[in-house]
Amino acid sequence: MEEMITLTIDSKEVKVPKGTSVLDAAKMIQVEIPTLCYHPDLHPSAACGICIVKINGKMLRSCCTPAEEGMEVITRDPDIIEARRTVLKLTLSKHPNECLTCQKNEMCELQSLAGKFGIRANAFDNITPTPFEMPKDASTKCIVLDPRKCILCGRCVEVCQHIQNVWALSILDRSVKTHIAPAGDSRLADSPCIKCGQCTAHCPTGALVEYDDSERVWSMLQEKDNYCVVQIAPAVRVSMGEAFGYEPGTVTTGKIYAALRKMGFKAIFDTNFGADVTIMEEGSEFVERFVNGNGVLPMITSCCPAWVDFMEKFYPDMIPHFSTCKSPHAIVGALTKTYYAEKIGVEPSKIKVISIMPCTAKKFEILRSKEMFASGFQDVDVSLTTREICRMIKQAGIDFVNLQEERADSPLGEYTGAATVFGFTGGVMEAALRTVHYLVTGQEMNKEDLEVKPILGVEKGIKEMTLNLAGKEVRICVAHGTGNVETVMKRLQEAKEKGEEPPYHFIEVMACNGGCIGGGGQPLGVTDEIRKARMAGLMSDDEFSEFRCSHQNPSIKKLYEEFLGKPLSEKSHHLLHTSYQPIPLYKR
Amino acid sequence: MAENESQEKIKEDTQKLLTKWKNKRGALIMALHDIQGLFGYVPWEAMEVTAKEMGVPMARIYAVLTFYNYFKLKAPGKVIISVCDGTACHIKGAQGLLDAFYNCLGLKDGQTTEDGLFHLQVVRCLGCCGLAPVIVVNGKTYGKNTPADVQKIIAEWREKMAETQGV
Repeated sequence: MEEMITLTIDSKEVKVPKGTSVLDAAKMIQVEIPTLCYHPDLHPSAACGICIVKINGKMLRSCCTPAEEGMEVITRDPDIIEARRTVLKLTLSKHPNECLTCQKNEMCELQSLAGKFGIRANAFDNITPTPFEMPKDASTKCIVLDPRKCILCGRCVEVCQHIQNVWALSILDRSVKTHIAPAGDSRLADSPCIKCGQCTAHCPTGALVEYDDSERVWSMLQEKDNYCVVQIAPAVRVSMGEAFGYEPGTVTTGKIYAALRKMGFKAIFDTNFGADVTIMEEGSEFVERFVNGNGVLPMITSCCPAWVDFMEKFYPDMIPHFSTCKSPHAIVGALTKTYYAEKIGVEPSKIKVISIMPCTAKKFEILRSKEMFASGFQDVDVSLTTREICRMIKQAGIDFVNLQEERADSPLGEYTGAATVFGFTGGVMEAALRTVHYLVTGQEMNKEDLEVKPILGVEKGIKEMTLNLAGKEVRICVAHGTGNVETVMKRLQEAKEKGEEPPYHFIEVMACNGGCIGGGGQPLGVTDEIRKARMAGLMSDDEFSEFRCSHQNPSIKKLYEEFLGKPLSEKSHHLLHTSYQPIPLYKR
Repeated sequence: MAENESQEKIKEDTQKLLTKWKNKRGALIMALHDIQGLFGYVPWEAMEVTAKEMGVPMARIYAVLTFYNYFKLKAPGKVIISVCDGTACHIKGAQGLLDAFYNCLGLKDGQTTEDGLFHLQVVRCLGCCGLAPVIVVNGKTYGKNTPADVQKIIAEWREKMAETQGV
């Protein structure tokens, strides 16, 4: 039984479990305290001071003050409002007035607080001029860091260091020179940054945003000779609606297809088709390793580009364990410029493939190695985040809510339920097991065995299970958030040192918490509640699919009959597989 | 080649020095002090070795180094020029001397020339106000300077360093 505490907030009594912060206690009785540096995903850092309240007469920050028995809390009186206004004015005194042209316009937490508090003039103009040049860092072409817009709340550092365990960003220098940057003031592209974009998902201002490729896509669409093809990732269909007023998790696939067609794309494909191909290849690769002993175990999934970057930087000795299979959008890119181009008789140089991803690292992935040009051209030309495509749809004046649902184009638009679950943690494993089961036993998995596995769900960072496959035990591990990887790697290392069998045969890792549904390119404001809702949306998409296993997809069967031959064929290897290289943490 | 060799030497020396600190919790700042004591500054290669040996991310090491004013991140230069800007020297024209150093060497307070030869620092009173404005170069004191003297001082030290160290 949890120990309960009673305190009074604005003359109202409230009972909360011991350890609850005053801020959270207030939320329980619908008392809204403004916050700026606080984020429910992160440890409170008490950096900004906006959430100040009076506790037994003293002014304290509610985000990091635990509730105590008998506390008397006042959350609003003229003194408190004045203190909060002063905090805001001080923050604004060092913040450029560029809201109209800022990428975060209308989505900035600082802007909306300034609006709420009615700040009408810059009260401390020029008292603290910026002491040194702080240029923008767009070196990754995934994430843009503009230190001038940084308010030093520390959220990006917290998520980069403690949730992701990447330690690319830190708070450097002191006093008026304090700023956020990688060690050595290196460019992000020369730092350990894995481009996961979690910093952009947690930054309250325009200091960290996605690299905006939307203008490039508009000009591609304008060029008459271009044959523009688009594909959407699994996790995009359950998050995009949020930008148009839908509840998180609403599946809006049909409306997204319709909107993209209205924007001028000639063919609407689905990354889910690529996910089904990934399963055919990766599933077969696992069977090769597990049943036939060709290759090392455990095998580790490789469809998350931020995870691939993380592994190449932090665990290069794990390279032989990585599946060589490309990620789904890269597969759709390569097949569009070969298989599809042949089918419709269009010169592949005229085809432009744009992928809509929940992810900033995908922008990096499309250029990461020579294998990303397997078709003879750049397989995916531009990768846009969910946030960018939402803005583009609004720019185009498309009435998203009232769109008639449409279907994707054939053949790279057909997908199974196994593909759609790629969008959340455990989903790739789930999808792979459905097909691996069939490949090993020759029988389909029982319906009641689908999706009840303990590897699904966003609550636990590391999930394990054992599956019986034709009398052989398959030990499985699923981790999400690169901060959880170290534990898994240690377990592997320990077993190796003791000369024991590896603790797992098959490991799935997604760099972001929750998997792609919580990706760094998704609509802002994500919390665990929203991650769960998005996951539920994808699970219902799976449940109502006609086919629920990748190998059952008729278009996939046709692809292998007509074009690839069989999984892991020479053609598959050329078009659908890749390789990995160690990358130093810092380039100087 | 020479640069690679000196980088390797820095790595080796740092590794040796860290044997004393690497299994101690909370010893990062002490270790960094030792490194600066050895090299006169904290070289990037030494930070990388420290990160590895002590299991501390570079991001934290660099944050510590830039937080504390004491730590230097660049080699301080072979010829250290201290220009006094204490009250007396300030009144007697220290700013003119600093301008002259900037014009001749392109140096501002705390900077080192790219060849690593000259380092300029502004100091407060050196206790010989009768000689204001004062410049001290590697322990040698120059008094009652004018901007024209700055050029002479630079030429003198260039010559001296060329003779003794071949630079």
